[in-house]
Formats: sequence, C-alpha cells, structure tokens
Amino acid sequence: MSATPVPLRRDPNLVGIGLFIASESLFFLGVVIAYGVFREQGLATAKAQLDLGRTAIFSALLFASSGTVARAVATRSRAWLALTVALGAAFLIGQSLEYVRLLGAGLRPGTELFGTTFFTLTGLHALHVLVGLALLSTLLGASTARRSRVGASAWEGIAMYWHFVDAVWVVVFSVVYLGTFVG
Amino acid sequence: MSTFALVHRPAAFATAGVLRTVDHKDIGVMYVLMGVGFLIVGGIEALLLRVQLATPNERVLDPSTYDQLFTMHGLTMIFLVAVPILVGFANYVVPLQIGARDVAFPRLNALSFWLSLFGGVLLYLSFVAGGAPDAGWFAYAPLTEPSHAVGSGMDWYIFGLAVNGAGTIIGAINLAVTILLMRCPGMVMGRAPMFTWMVLITSVLILGAYPILTSALVMLLVDRELGGRFFDPAGGGNATLWQHLFWSFGHPEVYVVILPAFGMISEIVPVFSGKPLFGYRFVAGSGIAIGFLAFGVWAHHMFAVGLGDAENAFFSATSMLIAVPTGVKIFNWLATMWRGRIRLEMPMVFALGFIASFVVGGLTGVSLGVVPLDLYTTDSYYVVGHLHYVLFGGTFMAVFAGLYYWFPKVTGRFLGHRLGLAHFWLTLVGLTLAFLPLHLLGIEGMPRRVWTYPAGLGWEWPNLIATVGSFVIAAGTIALALNVWRSLRTGDRAGDDPWDAYTLEWSTPSPPPAYNFDAIPTVRGKRPLWDRKHPDRTDPS
Repeated sequence: MSATPVPLRRDPNLVGIGLFIASESLFFLGVVIAYGVFREQGLATAKAQLDLGRTAIFSALLFASSGTVARAVATRSRAWLALTVALGAAFLIGQSLEYVRLLGAGLRPGTELFGTTFFTLTGLHALHVLVGLALLSTLLGASTARRSRVGASAWEGIAMYWHFVDAVWVVVFSVVYLGTFVG
Repeated sequence: MSTFALVHRPAAFATAGVLRTVDHKDIGVMYVLMGVGFLIVGGIEALLLRVQLATPNERVLDPSTYDQLFTMHGLTMIFLVAVPILVGFANYVVPLQIGARDVAFPRLNALSFWLSLFGGVLLYLSFVAGGAPDAGWFAYAPLTEPSHAVGSGMDWYIFGLAVNGAGTIIGAINLAVTILLMRCPGMVMGRAPMFTWMVLITSVLILGAYPILTSALVMLLVDRELGGRFFDPAGGGNATLWQHLFWSFGHPEVYVVILPAFGMISEIVPVFSGKPLFGYRFVAGSGIAIGFLAFGVWAHHMFAVGLGDAENAFFSATSMLIAVPTGVKIFNWLATMWRGRIRLEMPMVFALGFIASFVVGGLTGVSLGVVPLDLYTTDSYYVVGHLHYVLFGGTFMAVFAGLYYWFPKVTGRFLGHRLGLAHFWLTLVGLTLAFLPLHLLGIEGMPRRVWTYPAGLGWEWPNLIATVGSFVIAAGTIALALNVWRSLRTGDRAGDDPWDAYTLEWSTPSPPPAYNFDAIPTVRGKRPLWDRKHPDRTDPS
C-alpha cells in the first residue's frame, strides 16, 4: 500500500512480533521444563493413555499448515489462507478428541502429576492455536472486504505467529508424545 | 492532549485526556504518577511494619495482618513502584533522546500503562476480597498451595502479577522496537545516550524474565484452581521448582530495576562534571554483560535449599562475576568526575548519594554470594538490609536524581534547591538509620518476616533505630512532595536547556510540544547538543 515498502527486517510491526514471540518462547520453556521435571513420574500413565498414532496424524495437519500459510503470504492468496484455517481447526478437533478420550478414562489435572503437566502444556498450546485461528480468520475477513488496505506486516506478522504456534507443537509433540514412546 | 495540559491543567486533563492519550510523554508522566501513588501505599505499609518491630513483644498488628503487609509491601515496591517509575522515565525520555516523535506503537503504549495499573488494582482488591496474599513477595510453595493458603489472596496475586506483567512485557517490546528502529539519522547505537542503552538492555531483560514468571503463575493457578500438583510435595510435586522459576525471573528483575538507574546516573554525572562519560563503550558493554549474567545467578537465592556443592559453587562464581561489570560502571562514573568541573546541583547530589549507598548494597551483595556466609545469614535481616540498600539506596536515589534532572524538562520549572537538600539529607540519613542496623540484626540472628521478637536478644536498639530511620525517610519524602507542589506553582522557570546538557531532549522546549521536534534532528556524535553548541569543535568523547 505504501510507495516505498519498508524492508521486513526494519518493519516495527514485525520486529515487535518477533520480540513478542521470543518472550512467548520463554513462557513455553518454563512449562516444558516443568513437564520435563515430572516426566519420569508420569511415564507409566503417559504410555498407557496417550494415542500416538492419531495425534501424529493431526500433528501432521498442523505442520502442513505452516506450508500453506507460507504459500498464502507469498501469493496473498485467500484460498491458501482458508486452507490454513481449516488445517488449524482440524488440529484443534484432534486435540479435543484426545482430551475427551483422556477425560473419559478419568484423567484430570488433579488426579496425578501426569494429568497436571499434560493438560497444562497441551492446553496452553491449544489456547495459542485458538488465538492464531482468530488472527488468521480476521486476516481472511479483512483481506476479503478491503483487500488493498491490508498491509504487508499484517500478512507477514500473523504468519510469523502461526509458524511459532506450529514450532511450539514440534517441541511439545516431541517431548510429550515421542518422548514417551520412543527411546 | 499533551504533558503541558497534564502538568498545567490537571483538572482538564483528568476529565478527558487521561483516558485517551497515546502521547509517550503523557504516558510517561502517568506511569510515574502511578508509581508515586503506590509508593505512598507501600511506604505506609513499611511504616506499619517498622512500628510493629520497633520494640519487643509489640502488638500493633496481628500476625496475619503483618504477613499480608510485608508481602504487599514487597510486591508494591517492586511491581507497582520501581518498575512503573523507571518505565515512565524511559517512556518520557527515550523518544526525546533518540530524536523520535513518539514510541513505535503509541496505542500499545497506552495499553501497557493501563494493564500495569489494572494489575496493581487487582492485587489490592485482595484486601477487600478477604485478605491479601501473605506468603512473601516470592511466594514459596507450599505456602501458596490450596492446603496452606485457604483464602483467595494468592489468586489475586496470580492475576494481579500476570496482568501487570503483560503490561510490562508489551511496554518492553515497545521500548525495544523504538530504540532499535526509530533513532534519528546519524544516531547509530554507538552514539545512543547511555540511558537509552540501559533501557534497551532492561527491555531485553524484561522480555526474558517476565514470561518465566507468567508460566510459573499459570502453573500455580492450575494447582490452586484445577487441583494440580506442580508445587505440592504431598501430591508428588516439587516445591523447589517454584523457587527455580521464580528466581529465574526474580534475579533478572533486580537488574530490570537497577539498569535504568545506572543509565540515569550515566547521564547526570557527565553533565554535572562538564565532561563526556568516561569509557562510553565500557559502560554500555558492562550493561550488556550484566544483562547476560543476570540470567545465570538466580540460584544464589537458593543456597540454603541444598542443591549440592557443584551448583552452589557455580552460582557463587557467577554472582561474584556479575559484580565485575557493576564495579566497572562505578569506576567509570568516578573517572568521569575526575578533574571535572563538578556542579553540585540537586541531580548531582543525588547521583553522588546513589554511588555511595549503592556501593554498600553492592558489596553486601557480593558477601551474600559467598556460600558459607549466605548459609549463616540467609533469610535473616542481613538480606533485608542488603536488598534495601540496593533498591532504595540504589534505584530510588537514582530515581530522585533523575527526577531533579528531568523535572524542569517535563514541567518547565526547577525543583527548589533548599528543599531538595532537605530531601537529600533526610533520605540519606534516614536510609542509613533504617537499613544499616538491619545488617547487624541479621548477623545477630534475627530472621526476616517474624511478626515480633522477645526482649533480651540484643535486637532492641537496632530495631528501634531502624524504625526511627524509616520515619526520617518518610519526612524526606514529604519534603520532596512540598518541593514538587511549590515548584509547580512558583518554581523558577527553567528554559529549554537548564543544565547545559548533552542530549537531544534538552534541544526541545520545556515542556516539549506533542510532536517533540519541529524537524527530525540529525546527529554526528555521542553528544548532539554539545556538538550544536560547539559547531567548530570535535567532541573529544
């Protein structure tokens, strides 16, 4: 929209979002450390209760959404953006199914340490996915209604946040699921 | 709306401007006013604590109230006084110093302020909701678990600090982006004023530290509201985990509230010595070193936990190490003064007071880094004496120096010199009386956070002197309030550049217009205003 585009490295919005993501990473680091501290105590329950296969499939959908959002930004494509929202929503549905199953088996944040750490870590991530979906949907709506007025920082910034949400899940999935069943 | 309206037509500002202003100068002043408001509350809490401790077997407060008051005193002074006041100074001064018209995100700036304030209000609502948090400002588990903290005080602690912290994090992002991207032409980082440098490092520290506190608060919330077991040893949890997480935040936080103070002193000492800052690169570099080391010293708060000799030795070593860059700064200030034309105006007087009292707090800090000495004095009044020397003798003395320095810029009027001297001497004598005897008490074995103590332990005199000292500090603060009140009404006009200073904020009118600069300045050295006053000379700095 502006005549002389600011290089992305010097765009205040993107630098600001970068710093925000850095601080968010430390927030998750705290919770991941806590999960690690109590991992041994929860391992037996984790092995018995977690569904690695199904979660891996839904995780793949979330990982794929990083690719679709990158396509969306590169081509300013609303179709790719809509696909990203769909993939993110599918991941959340997968998480909900996992939660329903675990809650049905009697696991609660208060029943044992594994419940405490599992629901806290994955719940906080799910909240971030939800925020990301709200941002993507807003971008989708805004770019439909007044396409020319949505600036580069909105596309790039929201995509950065979405990549971050995805990257956190790489860590969480590795620690919680792969860490339980592999090795 | 502008700072001019805020200062000169406060009623008009209060009715409309305060809610919608996004001007960095207004928000800076509002942050400082928030800090002052909570300073009065936290100060009264401190006086009540000191009255209770003045003599043995005192019964002014009941034990439960006492616990709430020392917890709220600590939380207030750190989160609602020191941080907001320093962020307020940064908000006001940094855009002016770097030749910008505002911060990078003015509306986010207003959000930061209101979140910080709202967090403070939430924390204080605990008093009317059945009792304030009472587990100390660092709230060790399991005192905070539902089994031990039955009221809602700890929940207000969680929400108050989380909301306040969100405001502080957003503010730090804003300041960091402003400093990184909005400096005027010619102002590379190697020419940025030292206060701006220290605010940048502080912002990075906030972004590294506060999120860890937030994650610990979320875990505590899960424990309290969802029956979680993170910090509950009875349920298999780990109380030490809270200590690690809290101090991973808490020790960087100490540097969050001292680095901007270092920045203020690094502005004031050169101006009133008539010289450039000695060793600019070392002052900036030592700040960066402190920033890194700040994240590697947290367990020196935990020597008595029994982490093990290797861990204790490591954190003892890093704690010694962080004293080195701090000492570098002290020597840089002294060398700046060396053979300078020193003008003992009030900012400089407070800067000297800062250096003297901060050195005491710094040295006792090093002594606490020695594991055997720490094991003897941990959780005693020795620690309380140390931290008050650093935070009051350090941060607050520097804030007072900064207040006398920048007040003429903000209001257009000087603060009075005689009342200023009264404020200074009452503060210096008061803090010596209030905090020096605490070291003695600690060495004699008086634990911190006890509600009262029996007679005959040799604790009577130091406690009485400390209580007298706390009231002397209060008297000094009243002198400051009088000074501000008189100055706003009848103070001497200051003009644009009353101190013959070096940095760009003094090139604007006092108070500066909403847009700060008619034209964005271009700078060619570390002291742009000096360059402008001496167009034919090259800055020796």
